[in-house]
Amino acid sequence: MRKASPLFLERRSYRLRRLVDAARLLPFLGALLFAVPMLWPQGEDGAILSSNAIFYIFGVWVLLVVVTLVLSLFLEDTTNVEREAQPPVSPVPTLDTQEPPSHGGEA
Amino acid sequence: MGTLNTLVAVCLGYVALLFVVAFWAEREAVRGRARWLRSPLVYTLSLSIYCTGWTFYGAVGFAARSGLEFLTIYIGPTLVMLGWWWGLRKLVRIGRTQRITSIADLVSSRYGKSPLLAVFVTLIAVAGTTPYIALQLQSVVLSFASFSDNVTQEAAQAAVNAGAVPGAVAFADHNATALWVAAGLALFTILFGTRNLGANERHHGVVMAIALEAVVKLFALLAVGAFVVWGLGGGVSATLERIDASPIGQWQSQDGRWAALIMLSAAAFLTLPRMFQVLVVENEDESHLRTAAWAFPTYLMLMSLFVVPIAVLGLDLMPQDANPDQFVLTIPLSQGREGLAMLSFIGGFSSATSMVIVASLALATMVSNHIVMPIWLRVAEGGAMISGDVRQVVLLSRRLSIGGVLGLGYLYFYLSGGGIALASIGLVSFAGVAQVLPALMGGVFWRGANRVGAIAGLSVGFIIWAYTLFLPSFGPDAVLSATIMENGLFGYSWLRPQALFGIAGLDPVVHSVLWSAAFNTGVFVLVSLLTFPQPLERLQGAQFVNVFQHTGNPQGWSGGIAQSEDLMVMAQRILGPREAQMLFQNAAAAQGLAGYLPDPTPEFLQLLEREMSGSVGAATAHAMVSQIMGRATVSVEDLLAVADETAQMMEHQSQLEAKSAELTRTARQLRAANDKLTQLSVQKDAFLSQISHELRTPMTSIRSFSEILRDGEGLEQEQLSKYANIIHQEAIRLTRLLDDLLDLSVLENGQVSLNVQSGSLQALIDHALASTGVEAKGLRIHTRGLELDLMLETDLDRLSQVFINLIANAHKYCDAPRPALTIRAAQRDNHLVLDFTDNGSGVPRDKQDLIFEKFARVSDQKAGGAGLGLAICREIMARLGGAITYLPGQGGASFRVTLPMRMRQAAE
Repeated sequence: MRKASPLFLERRSYRLRRLVDAARLLPFLGALLFAVPMLWPQGEDGAILSSNAIFYIFGVWVLLVVVTLVLSLFLEDTTNVEREAQPPVSPVPTLDTQEPPSHGGEA
Repeated sequence: MGTLNTLVAVCLGYVALLFVVAFWAEREAVRGRARWLRSPLVYTLSLSIYCTGWTFYGAVGFAARSGLEFLTIYIGPTLVMLGWWWGLRKLVRIGRTQRITSIADLVSSRYGKSPLLAVFVTLIAVAGTTPYIALQLQSVVLSFASFSDNVTQEAAQAAVNAGAVPGAVAFADHNATALWVAAGLALFTILFGTRNLGANERHHGVVMAIALEAVVKLFALLAVGAFVVWGLGGGVSATLERIDASPIGQWQSQDGRWAALIMLSAAAFLTLPRMFQVLVVENEDESHLRTAAWAFPTYLMLMSLFVVPIAVLGLDLMPQDANPDQFVLTIPLSQGREGLAMLSFIGGFSSATSMVIVASLALATMVSNHIVMPIWLRVAEGGAMISGDVRQVVLLSRRLSIGGVLGLGYLYFYLSGGGIALASIGLVSFAGVAQVLPALMGGVFWRGANRVGAIAGLSVGFIIWAYTLFLPSFGPDAVLSATIMENGLFGYSWLRPQALFGIAGLDPVVHSVLWSAAFNTGVFVLVSLLTFPQPLERLQGAQFVNVFQHTGNPQGWSGGIAQSEDLMVMAQRILGPREAQMLFQNAAAAQGLAGYLPDPTPEFLQLLEREMSGSVGAATAHAMVSQIMGRATVSVEDLLAVADETAQMMEHQSQLEAKSAELTRTARQLRAANDKLTQLSVQKDAFLSQISHELRTPMTSIRSFSEILRDGEGLEQEQLSKYANIIHQEAIRLTRLLDDLLDLSVLENGQVSLNVQSGSLQALIDHALASTGVEAKGLRIHTRGLELDLMLETDLDRLSQVFINLIANAHKYCDAPRPALTIRAAQRDNHLVLDFTDNGSGVPRDKQDLIFEKFARVSDQKAGGAGLGLAICREIMARLGGAITYLPGQGGASFRVTLPMRMRQAAE
């Protein structure tokens, strides 16, 4: 059913796809960076000071936000990326595309 | 009492402002100017209902108790927003294409529109959210209490002096406050949440109000934070030093709570009914997610920025017994900053109210759609047929549900006595609603997930959550007896609520999340793998999982004319443009409208459906129309009917195809026959004119010469003899022509009797050559293969006639200066193949088809015969079971004669 996407893309589409890849990978990077505090030593000797912890966590936070912001600016028209890889939507509305959910009594 | 009165006045003023904003937004939306109301910014701000009163007050308390761990509650949602391309985008797309109204609706839709699942998810949501609403009431009440402490202290003292129990006074007061707040919020929610029954469950007024509240609470918290850091702490570096010197000055996190709480809050962010409401249901445009992906994490970061400084300064400055949950409020109060405290109070108040409004709205939608309405429809059987009736009932049931949900929240607050720390209730609640996550994510990403699996997983997860976290949260002996807590259910120690399977020592929340998530997911997957889904589930599953393949970014819901237009587009495709346009125009005219677009009245829809069912079958037509009209549900029966019709149509179609192929074949045969008949008719005409011409020429000369003989008196003997000779020759020619014709006719009619004999080919050729006498006339003859001395068994006389004809033709028509004829004989597969090839210019290509026809002559100048020779040859060869064909490309005229070595008598 699904048409195979072309092997070679325009340079722009190629860039867009890699941006989407980046957007997909970002949460994993975030999870990894936010998991680092679990490795920090605890207890009396050599414990991490709260101020340093705050700097680290908020630093990661700012970094992630900035990267997402930049990505979202470049991903202006994300829908086009998918369109290319997809066959056109069947023009005749077929039964299986949509159906409204049942609202208690809106019949 | 002055401060308290001011406080109440400010509260009422703030609520009035909310009413005005919501009312104004609704009016703008009605006037169609809602575009900027629904910008990405407003969407992002509306997500801030994640930050409730718990966040506003409780985060500081959380930080004061366990340090930086409170950040997990914000990091989880941050990660979810960062991963919007994975999950949220899909959820939003599904929500919009499937017209999802709540998380219960989504789960039930995905699993074959199962009512049972919808009820189940609704119950989990109510169970998980009720404590949360109680928590908000409590936070408002506590903040009231903190604020009015100075005032009430004196009053309470007086009451104690009078012999009353201090707690009772305060408690009675609290209950009254909570009741008033709950009632006010119910009023607001009913007013703006149930104004109309939209097809898409969007509430412009409510969203606008909570966006405003988002700004207010952020501003309030930042203001308090700035005051604490720069006003009290003495700048950033000094504050950081104070933080390091405080009891929470070192990084601490126990038992994997850090990871567990991040995961828990991420899960809750997706599954909390109120979050689902603003994330998915109220989403106007998918592209808003792109903005929210970075803007909402920023909002969360700002909300948590000053929490630690406030907590540390509070621990420093406030008395030992002060409630850390109230530091945001009590620090400004203790410093005599009434204005700032008022702002802080409004911030907390708005956090609490926005959460309660959206949560009760979302819950009420679920309760009314999945519990109240089904029951009502069953009870009032037949009443459901009247449509206007049902709309009012739905609205009423929503309103009652809102009241009921808030009532439950108040009841919980009243019963629990408001004694539990804010953060712990929040986590209990999170863990409860997070049980929906496996079913939700499995349903969205895994086609194999099915209803039975979802129900099983949810049940197991819910039971474990209730047993290990929810029920114990009421405290020992409240619901679960202390004995059970100590020794486990039925005395089995491995069933202890907070140490399942003997794993003790874990944090209760981590313990509960661990076991419930593991069993929930495991059972869900396992049961899904082992059971088989219903057809509707599989259909829905495919649509949910492959939502991006089926749909574009759908446009917002549009009104009547747009629907008519959609109907027209569809009808044109099915009925054909002209017919559809005529149908629509007539319908519009019947409604008294000009143009092509009638109102989609039931009558018109019925008409259209009927028209279309002629083309695509009734069930499909119904499904198509209702799909565009966005109304009726498609039941399994409908689908089966469609499938049946489709199967019938396919069968019918294949029959038609077979018939049409047969017809095509017949038509082709008929056409060929017709062509042949036409040709025959033409041939017959040509034959008749040709034969009259051929007969007429000798007849004319015979007649004229015989007239001369009759009338010529003085003719000499010589002339007489000459004329008589001409007459004789012409008579012979005539006879020969008639003989040929007769011969041909006999051959063609198959009346010839063959005289089969044996003889050698060599002798036959020699005889033919001798009887034509062409060698003497200058035609050189080469023979090859005759030395094989092949023996034939056929009608030798007839065959000889063919040979003679071919040799004579070569002599007659070969135009080479030194004419030569090559006769080549060979034996192939029991057949004799004999080629007669001369060295002339051959037969022109366009004549090659004609030469075997009667009276066909290649050129007129050498017209020696009647043109029947080759036609007779062809007939003879056919009689003998062989063939004569023209062989092109041999460097001259070449005729190939093939015939069986032994003629089969059966061919006769």
